Amino acid sequence: MSAPEAPLLDVRGLTKTFVGRNGRTVHAVSDVSFSVRRGTTVGLVGESGSGKTTAGRSVLRLIEPSGGKAVFDGVDLFSLSEREMKAYRKRLQIIFQDPFSSLNPRMRIDAILSEALDAADFARGAARRERIAELLAIVGLSPDHARRFPHEFSGGQRQRIGIARALAVEPEFIVADEPVSALDVSVQAQVLNLLGDLQKRFSLSILFIAHDLSVVEYLCDDVVVMYLGRVMESGPSRKVYANPRHPYTRALLATAPVPDPTRRKARVPLMGDIPSPINPPSGCVFRTRCPMAIEACAQAIPPVEDLGGNHHVACIRHAELA
Amino acid sequence: MAAVTTAPARAEPNLLIRIASRPTALAGLIVVTVIILLSVLAPLIAPYAPSQLAVRDRLQGPGMAHLMGTDELGRDVFTRVLYSGRTSLTVGFAVVVFASAIGVTLGLVAGFFRRFDAPVSRLIDAMMAFPDILLAIALVAALGPSAANVVIALGIVYAPRLARVVRASTLVIRELPYVEAARALGVPTPVILVRHVLRNVVSPLLVQATFIFANAILAEAGLSFLGVGISPDIPTWGTMISVGRQFLDQAPWIMWFPGGAIILTVLSLQLLGDGLRDFLDPRLAKDV
Repeated sequence: MSAPEAPLLDVRGLTKTFVGRNGRTVHAVSDVSFSVRRGTTVGLVGESGSGKTTAGRSVLRLIEPSGGKAVFDGVDLFSLSEREMKAYRKRLQIIFQDPFSSLNPRMRIDAILSEALDAADFARGAARRERIAELLAIVGLSPDHARRFPHEFSGGQRQRIGIARALAVEPEFIVADEPVSALDVSVQAQVLNLLGDLQKRFSLSILFIAHDLSVVEYLCDDVVVMYLGRVMESGPSRKVYANPRHPYTRALLATAPVPDPTRRKARVPLMGDIPSPINPPSGCVFRTRCPMAIEACAQAIPPVEDLGGNHHVACIRHAELA
Repeated sequence: MAAVTTAPARAEPNLLIRIASRPTALAGLIVVTVIILLSVLAPLIAPYAPSQLAVRDRLQGPGMAHLMGTDELGRDVFTRVLYSGRTSLTVGFAVVVFASAIGVTLGLVAGFFRRFDAPVSRLIDAMMAFPDILLAIALVAALGPSAANVVIALGIVYAPRLARVVRASTLVIRELPYVEAARALGVPTPVILVRHVLRNVVSPLLVQATFIFANAILAEAGLSFLGVGISPDIPTWGTMISVGRQFLDQAPWIMWFPGGAIILTVLSLQLLGDGLRDFLDPRLAKDV
């Protein structure tokens, strides 16, 4: 029995580098730390190229991490052999961004779910058919959908099938990799509601990867903001949204549409693109696009400072943003 | 009606209907089917036995008694073209199966496992550098001329083409989320290779297989004609042409008809293959 405060997943110093074709090193994820408490949702937010997807997949070892630790229920997943990892696979699942390539086009829905049930050593026969019908019902589909092929479904329905596949093995932890960003806006809300319901019903812990903060605000207890492979700011959603302390978080929040026109703040749009992770800027990786950058920002990687209440920020000028 | 409803709905449910919508592909399909039927049913259709001699009737031109004339030993050319088709088509089909077995294995390994990609791909490149027929001649010469060895030799010659197609598709499929989903579930790699990768490589594979079938029939005829293929005693279209060549002046029909059979078979297979490629090859498909 672990202490009640011990998080289900605690990622420390996660690093992933790729060696490119010309021998240059790509720093996709550098020294990323965050934790996911049982039954909570953590939003992992950043632009394309921020390393958020790589971080999510590394935790599941779908990509082999280059360094760091990921302690899941007391065991460092990164220290396990491929064989030992198999035992953990069904406790950690993933939902994908693209509902069109996440289902094998040549397999019927029942075969897709059956593959997941095989992984959980679920009995064959009538019990399995019942379970497949149950899974489809859980995600809001009908049992007669089982004999259809993926191409007969809409994007939202396919995403539900992907969720059913992840749930089939009764996982404790799910990485949701931008699960709604490929869907129509009208369908996004449905799928987000479904995820929220399922989380409560099965007391799931979710790492929710997203590129915009507005989706995360709705669903997440904690938020981790990444930029160019590093964590800029992290903390309880409430605090981060009410009081963003990193210029990058501020910029992201400024770009998110706000339904209330009176709340509209002066926009500080980010100029330019995210720099290349092959040759990241010295010091603070965000300084090249930061409206507040000073010379000192180029000198050293800003230390992660604890602002209290689990709110952390990596910016040397955060006090001026308070 | 009942049969229609119980038939499983495929991912592309009406490939036959789509082929039928394209006249050239449909013509190819019909001719290939007829040729296969004629060969399979040869004992029922053929008016004579394939090696029945009639020395008095030798070198007769096409006529009522002998539709396609007779050869230098008075054997019925029509009968022999039918029986030759059995050997030629069987050899062609066996080459496709054998080449697929090697090519699919190499292609999957090269495409799926990064560390084997470079060595296997270079091996494939090296084999593709040889002219097809020359490599086949060398292999048959080394193995000895027999139907089985012709199949082995041509299988080795055509395997690299299939390997390339399979590798290219595997490289794409390997990165798709449904493969990742299977890995996240802990599905064993061999199962992933067959269930997720191979099943989705079938379409481009089928297209290549059709072309290789045609090429193999042509190559077998070439090898037999050159005398390094199947023994002249066994009737194949190639051996018939090879023997008939000696009587080209007196009895050109001995060559015409097996030659025509080869042309017709290869042409219709190519037409069918072109049609299949338009329907199945994702790189050419505009809206799938």
